[in-house]
Amino acid sequence: MKLLIGSLQLGLLYGILALGIYISFRILSIPDLTTEGSFAFGLSVSAAITAAGHPVLAIFAAMAAGALAGSVTGLLQTRFGIHPILSGIITMSGLYSINLAVLGGSPNLSLVRAATLFKLFPFMSKNDAMTVLPIAAALLFLTLVILFFHTHVGMCIRAVGDNEDMVRASSINVNACKVLSFSVSNALVALSGALIAQYQGYADISSSTGILVVGLASVIIGEAMFGRRSVTIGFISAVAGSLIYRYIIALATRYSPLPAYMLKLVSAVIVALALAIPALRQNMKEARQKEGGKAHA
Amino acid sequence: MLDIQNAFKIFEKGTAIEHTALNHLNLHLDKGEFVTIIGSNGAGKSTLFNAICGTFLLNEGRILLDGQDITGQKEHRRALSIGRVFQDPMKGTAPNMTIEENLSLAYSRAYSRPLSFAPSRKQIALFRERIAEFGMNLEDRMKTKVGRLSGGQRQAVTLLMCTIVPPKLLLLDEHTAALDPATADKVMEITRRTVDQYHLTTLMITHNMASALAIGTRTVMMEAGAILFDISGEERSGTTVDDLLHLYADLRHQALDNDRMLLQSKA
Repeated sequence: MKLLIGSLQLGLLYGILALGIYISFRILSIPDLTTEGSFAFGLSVSAAITAAGHPVLAIFAAMAAGALAGSVTGLLQTRFGIHPILSGIITMSGLYSINLAVLGGSPNLSLVRAATLFKLFPFMSKNDAMTVLPIAAALLFLTLVILFFHTHVGMCIRAVGDNEDMVRASSINVNACKVLSFSVSNALVALSGALIAQYQGYADISSSTGILVVGLASVIIGEAMFGRRSVTIGFISAVAGSLIYRYIIALATRYSPLPAYMLKLVSAVIVALALAIPALRQNMKEARQKEGGKAHA
Repeated sequence: MLDIQNAFKIFEKGTAIEHTALNHLNLHLDKGEFVTIIGSNGAGKSTLFNAICGTFLLNEGRILLDGQDITGQKEHRRALSIGRVFQDPMKGTAPNMTIEENLSLAYSRAYSRPLSFAPSRKQIALFRERIAEFGMNLEDRMKTKVGRLSGGQRQAVTLLMCTIVPPKLLLLDEHTAALDPATADKVMEITRRTVDQYHLTTLMITHNMASALAIGTRTVMMEAGAILFDISGEERSGTTVDDLLHLYADLRHQALDNDRMLLQSKA
């Protein structure tokens, strides 16, 4: 039961991360490595401000920090013409120092004594809040992104990922669209980090290592279940994928002989396999055709 | 309406593959003129369009649209008043978005409230009405992804996207060349009707000499980045495809060596 609820909570909190990654990876079709940095950025900003006694402000500040990180990556790509992947790596590397600075030079910070978001509600116990808040946050932001991507700006961003030239030819500023979507994406990633820090009661910078793969795994698992249809279904499936991913991880740590530190390797293998499936299918098809050809010869 | 003065563009300057794409070209279009452009491959027709749209900036010369100097303006700013349909049906539309979403995007030239839901009901009604005029039964498929449409249907959607807010200048870059003959005729007919209805100032590149003379009000031939001849009015109405070929040969003192042109000259 504890495992079930714990995975639900984490799945929803990381579901917000998956929403952010869906925006860069699926809507813009650019895997955004800023994620690794902006998750830790959200985590550390949230922890530092919560430790100072402002858990609510911490969340908003973390989102702003993530948005800022995203727009830096966006500007590097558009204004300065740096390769998308490289722009993300540059921002991510820079953020490593910034995150340490935010945490006062140490790689982690405990919030055990601090008043986190989860202790704020007089009518709810901390344990209840740890279930209710993730549900509320995931639902709220799921709704917001779905609505956003049905507005005019949201539609422009979707079109940028689909046919950039056409968007430019329709008098829309493609670069502005890209910068905006990287901000939104990384604001969500940072929000996820911010909530995780307060949920766990500590912030550890190293917890963001490999977080992009976690998010990608969620998006891909979601797509495997729901298919790739519309943005609305895409976003819902990203959160659902994150939940399923957490249950897989929970089961794996519980029942497999693998130690917990092997989890990221498992995630990496899942993502690599899922991304390789189309090519593998193609190879198999071609192999079959070749064999067919031989049989006829 | 459009005034191109002394346009000069050199690519790969200072290298072995340096070539002059536009060679001090001058072209003036009055409001409502429909000019067809012919010329062999590499004559600079598409380059001229790219210059007008702002894909690159000119080395020398100026471009004025409706009295406004757009020589240094960004591509997406110019797109506010210029519509362009390419030869490749894939180029003008977003394949994973629906017909109405594509149209709504194009409609942001006139209407932009960034945070309102798009497309609005009012917009959809307008789009349906306009696309129904094409007689291609697309009005019942507004929620179909454009990627599922045929080339001709996609070009029709692109044409509507470019004219849903009547542009000051419409550029057609061999927009029927990739279509089968029957569909090409259909799209050309729609084009003609739309241009008439909204009195659009239009430039159309074509490789089909017969349609270059049949459609529009004026025909221009380009060669080596400049205008070789420019005919309109009675001079044009009395011109046949053969006359065009002779005119070209006389002017160039050489036979027309472009296979593509010869092949299509009898079409």
